[in-house]
Amino acid sequence: MWTFIHKWGSPKWFYAMSARVQPWCWAAALILIALGTVWGLAFAPADYQQGDSFRIIYVHVPAAFLAQSVFVSMAAASLVFMVWKIKVADMAATVMAPFGAVMTFVALFSGAVWGVPTWGTWWMWDARLTSMLILLFLFLGVIALRGAFTSRDGGSKAASVLAMVGVINIPIIKYSVDWWFTLHQSSTFSVTSRPAMPTEMWLPLLIMVLGFYCFFIALTLMRTRSEILRREINKRWVMDLAKEAR
Amino acid sequence: MAFSSLGAFFAMGGHGPYVWAAWGVTALLMAACVIHARIERRQLARVLTRRARRGGTSQPHQASHADDP
Amino acid sequence: MTQGQKTTPVIAEATLPGGLWIAFTATLRRDVTLMFRRRGELLNPLVFFALVITLFPIGISPDREVLALIAPGLLWVAALLAALLSLDSLFRTDYDDGSLEQMLLAPQPLAALGLAKVLAHWLLTGLPLALVAPLLGVTLALPPGSYAVLALSLLLGSASLSLIGAIGAALTVGIARGGVLLSLLILPLYIPVLIFGVGAVQAAVIGEGVAAHLAMLGALLAASLLLAPWAIAASLRISING
Repeated sequence: MWTFIHKWGSPKWFYAMSARVQPWCWAAALILIALGTVWGLAFAPADYQQGDSFRIIYVHVPAAFLAQSVFVSMAAASLVFMVWKIKVADMAATVMAPFGAVMTFVALFSGAVWGVPTWGTWWMWDARLTSMLILLFLFLGVIALRGAFTSRDGGSKAASVLAMVGVINIPIIKYSVDWWFTLHQSSTFSVTSRPAMPTEMWLPLLIMVLGFYCFFIALTLMRTRSEILRREINKRWVMDLAKEAR
Repeated sequence: MAFSSLGAFFAMGGHGPYVWAAWGVTALLMAACVIHARIERRQLARVLTRRARRGGTSQPHQASHADDP
Repeated sequence: MTQGQKTTPVIAEATLPGGLWIAFTATLRRDVTLMFRRRGELLNPLVFFALVITLFPIGISPDREVLALIAPGLLWVAALLAALLSLDSLFRTDYDDGSLEQMLLAPQPLAALGLAKVLAHWLLTGLPLALVAPLLGVTLALPPGSYAVLALSLLLGSASLSLIGAIGAALTVGIARGGVLLSLLILPLYIPVLIFGVGAVQAAVIGEGVAAHLAMLGALLAASLLLAPWAIAASLRISING
């Protein structure tokens, strides 16, 4: 078990193995997202209260789930990097941050657009949207900090510390924002927390969430492979790889 | 099928602009992620083949990093 | 550059009982002394705090009712920004003159020395801000009965702010012009403290119990006291060793 983990820590091994896993992840992501899209957009019944505007849920919720999961994965990769000095983990954390920011933006944008038919306004200081906005700032902070360092090693370590500090804070921020919101809540209802959704509505949602997760894994594998090549470009095995490819 | 016609599908019960804007931006950004990753990969491949052609013996200078020994 | 190290050999110092405490108090005393030498800088956060508070009656309305409504939030946000303003210099001078490297090499844990520096920073910024806030509260027509709570919430909250902010300051100390970056890193982490701090004052204004809010502020302080020193130490090592 231990040697297995160590093998994945080697950039060369990771590069070779991820090449095998990657196509399956892309295929799963494509099938699940396509299925979820068709089902969610065309076949799921309209909501009795919100009508067809509720179909935004099929992009909003997966993006919001993913945004938080990306931050947690990034922090986990940072922990692995800081504790065991496994560089592949840092490369993965490097490529996760921008994707996490994109997903947070998607969740924010779709939430804001959804707000127009439900609340009658583009922006509402709703607990979920507010925590999402803070999460976006956390992502931007990690990206900016990594970029501000002139030495790559320093930037990696600093971004790792910040990611870990951030991940400890996310539940605290979420809790406090929820608490703050219940204190100031006027007569609005939260978009997503509702009693039992019928099966034909949440099944496509589940499929979309799974599809988004597969997309995240596939994209992270692909970009980590590029990051490996970029950082190990002077290594022997990368040279050999390039010669083979010719 | 929740819609009777194609027109009804695009209208989304009057909420068309909102639904399509949210889905469109999501699709656009996810596609951009994939395209960016592909461009990045192709550029790296180009750099690598150029190096391999040079024989890989000459000391490269443009990609010297602080963390490489 | 602790006083204990000057008189006794470094190795003996590490094994001495109380060596940690001596180093802690020496660092604290040194930092307080150094900060007192630059008295102008010491006043800056307070002046900033007062200035920002002055802007709001001018910018919004001098109406006492309007001001009383927003006073708790204004005072807290302004105090938070004033504390943030002073953070950039927390490790900067020590980094520039190399004494931070000495602390890294000291036998005592860097976390403890960092904590001493944060304590010095809080004593000379957070504490004065908390004491001045009620005065500014008077100018904003803050309802009577909430002044003690305002000071107490700021007292507890600004300690957390100093601790959390020190992580960011330690991370950005090696970066030229890291000031703006520092606020980007730290402000999102300040939000829970802000929420419970303002919550306490607002509860006092409408005459509700404030114990819950103050307890949450205390819990945040305890958590940051427990975790922040390690993060500060790790960040300082990264900033110095690259």
